[in-house]
Amino acid sequence: MSTITGGVAESEVAPAKRPLARSSLWRLAARKLLKNKLALAGLFVVVFMFALCFIGPLFSPYTDNKIHMALMNKAPNLKHWLGTDALGRDVLTRVMQAGRISLTVGLASMVLSVFLGSLLGAIAGYYRGIADQVIMRIADLLMTIPSLPLLFILGALLSEWKVPTDYRMYIVMLMLSFVSWPGLARMVRGEVLSLREREFMQAATVLGLRDRRKLFKHLLPNLVPLLIVIASLNVGGAILSESVLSFFGLGVMPPTPTWGNMIDSANNLIDFQQRPWLWIPPGFSIFATVIAINIFGDGLRDVLDPKPKK
Amino acid sequence: MGTFITKRLLYTILILLAASLLIFSLYAWTPGDFITGNIKLTPERKAELREIYGLNKPLLERYGIWMKHALHGDFGYSMAQQKPVFTLFNQYIWNSFLLAAVSTFFTWLIAVIIGVVAAYRQYSWFDTLVMVVIFAAMSLPSFFIGLFLIKILAVDWKWLPPGGMLTTGSNATGMAYAEEVVRHMALPVIVMTLLGIGSLTRYIRGNMIDVMKQDYIRTARAKGLKERQVLFTHALRNALLPAITLVGFELPALFGGSLIIEKIFNWPGIGQLYMQSFGLRDYPLLMGFTVLIAILTVIGTMLSDILYRVADPRVRLQ
Repeated sequence: MSTITGGVAESEVAPAKRPLARSSLWRLAARKLLKNKLALAGLFVVVFMFALCFIGPLFSPYTDNKIHMALMNKAPNLKHWLGTDALGRDVLTRVMQAGRISLTVGLASMVLSVFLGSLLGAIAGYYRGIADQVIMRIADLLMTIPSLPLLFILGALLSEWKVPTDYRMYIVMLMLSFVSWPGLARMVRGEVLSLREREFMQAATVLGLRDRRKLFKHLLPNLVPLLIVIASLNVGGAILSESVLSFFGLGVMPPTPTWGNMIDSANNLIDFQQRPWLWIPPGFSIFATVIAINIFGDGLRDVLDPKPKK
Repeated sequence: MGTFITKRLLYTILILLAASLLIFSLYAWTPGDFITGNIKLTPERKAELREIYGLNKPLLERYGIWMKHALHGDFGYSMAQQKPVFTLFNQYIWNSFLLAAVSTFFTWLIAVIIGVVAAYRQYSWFDTLVMVVIFAAMSLPSFFIGLFLIKILAVDWKWLPPGGMLTTGSNATGMAYAEEVVRHMALPVIVMTLLGIGSLTRYIRGNMIDVMKQDYIRTARAKGLKERQVLFTHALRNALLPAITLVGFELPALFGGSLIIEKIFNWPGIGQLYMQSFGLRDYPLLMGFTVLIAILTVIGTMLSDILYRVADPRVRLQ
């Protein structure tokens, strides 16, 4: 972390002399990342999945989602590469459309939980005292309650409130970030606790800087590498959680497709045994996306986090 | 040490009390209840039943009554099964424990072996392969891999039974019974081991790499000890020391069952019982289960903290 500190502090003292000082860490990181072939492969798969899901449907002739009784449950063929489902819809198109929702939910709930977790963790670690006590006790409390039952209850509430299916995905995002912020806050708090005792923070205090400036200009930039790593690994977790919820019918509901609720067709014995093209493609999409995100996130950790990985 | 444990115990009890209130309110807010959902009952009978179960009392009073019984070790009566929750738990929890204990054993065994070898041959092709497999294991959607293996191994190839604990209608006893259970256990154990192995192998590999750089390893080699002895007696022992804190975190998983795996494999464990009861809104059972997990989690965390302190006297927790 000390390299960044040096970079930020120097560039603030003499920005005209050394304009590259601020970016040197990031350049170094990028150069190191380019050498890590596994991480690059992960990044490539992530980009490919995003492109497939967001651009792919534009080239599909079956996006209207109309019901074609004549085309019910056809096995994969030349016209429908992954076959059709019980309503005669093209499975490949639906997998891509479902990917849009699943990836969006994963990303958005990551952004929300990282924002919530790092804000609360930073406040707790920086101000300590009462704020720390209140925030961390709530986090401890939420962490004692098993997350799956908690999500089930929230999902049941969702069904009761008759939330329109279009809006359900937003509430699923909220639910997932509500469950995952305590762990994040705890990690960020620990990091802030150690950072705030460093010499550069003492220097900032001696200079008479205001709290807000110290927090946002000096403390948070040092947290960015950690946050990037946490965030990238968190997306995979969120995609997995969403798929579990939707599989059990408590997340995003059909007709809005997600990878999780598409696998739900495996709950039907005939579909499960005789029509694997209905539920295996979405499952493999989840697997491929999450493994790629995790490998890329781990590569980022190697590059950005100087501490040895455990 | 004494004061530390006392403080930790007090905090644990406080957190548990708060958790019980939160759990109670959450289930009180959950829409629907066991009586409303039953269409066979007349409105009069429903009101009568509410009176009997005390569901028409104010929330706080209901919490008080529930807590009073819970503190006496009584989690109430399951509405759907008409048995005490505690009896039901006792009936199902051991099936969950069997599954969890066997898969935990395999997870640790395999993770330690692979972790040590991968660390010893860091950056070799084996190490790279292990890292990729670890990531794959950590990225598996549990329900999907379960379904996938059932489809391949049980439905298509018919090697193993697809679910349950015993063949339907079986009345095997003795060795035949044990063999049947083992055959039914195989698939869920494989999946649970797969799911758990990734992070543990990573952890042990990381610890081993750190330990192998220590001076005492060089000393051990300089003394002329065999490489095997250096690796397993000197290095592994020290690498496993921090892992004892993980033992505490295993506690909820050991006794709390696995909701997803037990549901997919139709295993008669406590997680499956919870999933069935959730649809029926059998609140005494649901609350009992959630509180049980909360207790196990809190005790597990406390155990980890204490074990960590015992294992490494340099650590001074407040």
